[in-house]
Amino acid sequence: MNKEISQLIRCKISAIKRLTWVLSTVCILLFNGQSAAENAPLSFEVSYLKLLKDHVATFSNINALPEDSGLLGAQLAVNDANSTGKFIGQTFTLSQFELNASQDLLKRIEQQFKSGVFVFLVSGDSGVFEAIDRWAKNKPVLVFNVSEPADDMRQTLCLSSVLHTVPSYRMKSDALAQWLVAKRLSKILLIKGEGSTDEHIAHAFSLAAKRFGLNIIEQKVWNFNTDLRRSTQQEIPIFTQTSRPYDVVFVADAHKDFAEFIPYNTYLPRPVIGSAGLEALAWHRVIEQWGAAQLQSRFRKMTARDMNELDFSAYLAVRSIAQAAQQTDSGKPAELIKYIHSDAFELAAYKGRKLSFRSWNGQLRMPLALVQPNAFVSESPQVGMLHPTNELDTLGFDAREMRCK
Amino acid sequence: MKKNTFNMSLLLAMLLGCNAITQAQAEELAYVSNEKDNTISVINLAQHKVLREFDVGQRPRGLVLSHDGSTAYLCASDSDSIQIIDLVDETVTGDLPSGEDPETIALHPDGKIIYTSNEDDALLTVIDIGSRQVITQIDVGVEPEGLAVSPDGKLVVVTSETTNMVHWIDTETYENIDNSLVGARPRSAKFSQDGKQLWVSSEIGGTLSVFDVNTRQVIHEFTFAISGVHRDKVQPVGVELSRDGTTAFVALGPANHIAIIDVASMDIEEYLLVGRRVWQLAFNQDQSKLLTTNGVSGDVSVIDIAKRKVTHSIKVGRYPWGVVVRGAK
Repeated sequence: MNKEISQLIRCKISAIKRLTWVLSTVCILLFNGQSAAENAPLSFEVSYLKLLKDHVATFSNINALPEDSGLLGAQLAVNDANSTGKFIGQTFTLSQFELNASQDLLKRIEQQFKSGVFVFLVSGDSGVFEAIDRWAKNKPVLVFNVSEPADDMRQTLCLSSVLHTVPSYRMKSDALAQWLVAKRLSKILLIKGEGSTDEHIAHAFSLAAKRFGLNIIEQKVWNFNTDLRRSTQQEIPIFTQTSRPYDVVFVADAHKDFAEFIPYNTYLPRPVIGSAGLEALAWHRVIEQWGAAQLQSRFRKMTARDMNELDFSAYLAVRSIAQAAQQTDSGKPAELIKYIHSDAFELAAYKGRKLSFRSWNGQLRMPLALVQPNAFVSESPQVGMLHPTNELDTLGFDAREMRCK
Repeated sequence: MKKNTFNMSLLLAMLLGCNAITQAQAEELAYVSNEKDNTISVINLAQHKVLREFDVGQRPRGLVLSHDGSTAYLCASDSDSIQIIDLVDETVTGDLPSGEDPETIALHPDGKIIYTSNEDDALLTVIDIGSRQVITQIDVGVEPEGLAVSPDGKLVVVTSETTNMVHWIDTETYENIDNSLVGARPRSAKFSQDGKQLWVSSEIGGTLSVFDVNTRQVIHEFTFAISGVHRDKVQPVGVELSRDGTTAFVALGPANHIAIIDVASMDIEEYLLVGRRVWQLAFNQDQSKLLTTNGVSGDVSVIDIAKRKVTHSIKVGRYPWGVVVRGAK
């Protein structure tokens, strides 16, 4: 009863508020033409471009991401930006494009740019970003990579026009490696799939292991041609039997084809990390500290599902531009770009630390959560991991590790 | 004879026991809302001991006392209500309609109106205590948090964490008269006793802004530096200003310290180490003590203000959030 009344009141109030806003805008226009021109409402259009990928066949489909992952994160951030924007005369809109080939995506981005859009969120692969980066040279555009963790994009390709709001494989590997150091688990059995991305993840982890002084005692490739659902209990123990003991098993399996079947089936009873068991993620439904509970519930209310890492990366991208617009009170692309790349930029993102972009590779620096499917386990950087300027830079490629081609 | 002695000592013990209870009732009590336990811990401030805990609604956070101290109003966020708690019986006696997910709460100086921020809905709800009715709801920024009513009762301000603003609202017309940008993730707002200044903490921005209330302009901005703590971890949250207007106290979140500021010179004079992730602050009645709720370590630190020393650490429930002190009867 009370709720109904309060809702009714709320509707009325917001209607009155809208009317007042319209009236006051009219008044400003009528009586103060000069300042109205200066304070004209700023509007920002954000384009979300998604390169459609071929579906990868896996044993079990239960872990597939919802199709609208990413987009809904961007939508929530647009809603938040508009809630803020109504007090400062800024509006944000979102348009979405799904494209089958990278050429189509490039054409679309060009077309959007010509119609005045300069903020692009892109969900695609390394190749698309290389092409976009060539296109974007000397153009006043903001391109956010919200989906691709590939390390070459952060170390060797040197994409000067792309900002990454999704953490790289290397950041995730460093986050897990730091936890292993903290737990004194130094002997690792590394298992990887046959795919090139699996190899990529395994390589990132071996770099992290080297950085933090961990010992990979053996590497194995999973290529058994068996139905794991029926025979994991027979197959995995034999597969994970080694001549030397290990403290932990790291699994590199980008599509979770077999990773989820490794825990509880290893030859030695050891924890599993990487693509199953303990994962390093920018976001997961179990995160609730630092105000995260509010973001989780806002997202759930809007979408009736949990927010995942892709949603969060897109959310951060829109929040970055909204933050820059709020702080600079400018709609000029060059000013916004300059601000986002500057030391003044700081993003509050439910992580308990201010986030900012690394000047050397455009990666958003952030703490990563280490989670198991139903609980938050830890957060990296681990306590005691030191860095000359910013502890967050103990995760991922530091400035001196850049190898631009 | 031996038996008699035993009885006598038993009687004596009982008398002493009774005496202790009477004394305890006459002492100051602190009430701490435990966000993850759905309880309130009752602390005897003379003994620095938790006397008991009692059950309240879900996810209890902000709380405030009625002027006579007999009643507490508590935001039970996940119960979507403000609970009215009789502090004599320590029972929940009723609810105020609060809108969804109330987080923080402030009482108008007239004691008749309550303001609460609805974190999930970006609203400020105004509630009439007498009729238990919502008077109005006002649109504010995303994740409204800190709330304060000016001492003359004419202004209510609310900070919004994700919009990074202070919203200034007229308490008579319910009009949002101004919005001021502050550092990232503003948390607490406090008016000075004379109503001339408003102090606002920004958790992620790491700043504390002091506004001149007349002009609504920032007249001073503090940043904090604690040796051995990275500046990004110094995150101002709760703010309290002493009644005499001389001193400000600021909780610095995961830096696990509070800062003590001399208001006249605007100098940060000292940092005191307290529990982990220090959130909210409250004075006792004569302002000889300051209490801090420490979210991660699940305890309350007691600071002797004259000595500027943390004298006690009192274990309470999980994620202690708000704290109020009720004076001696």
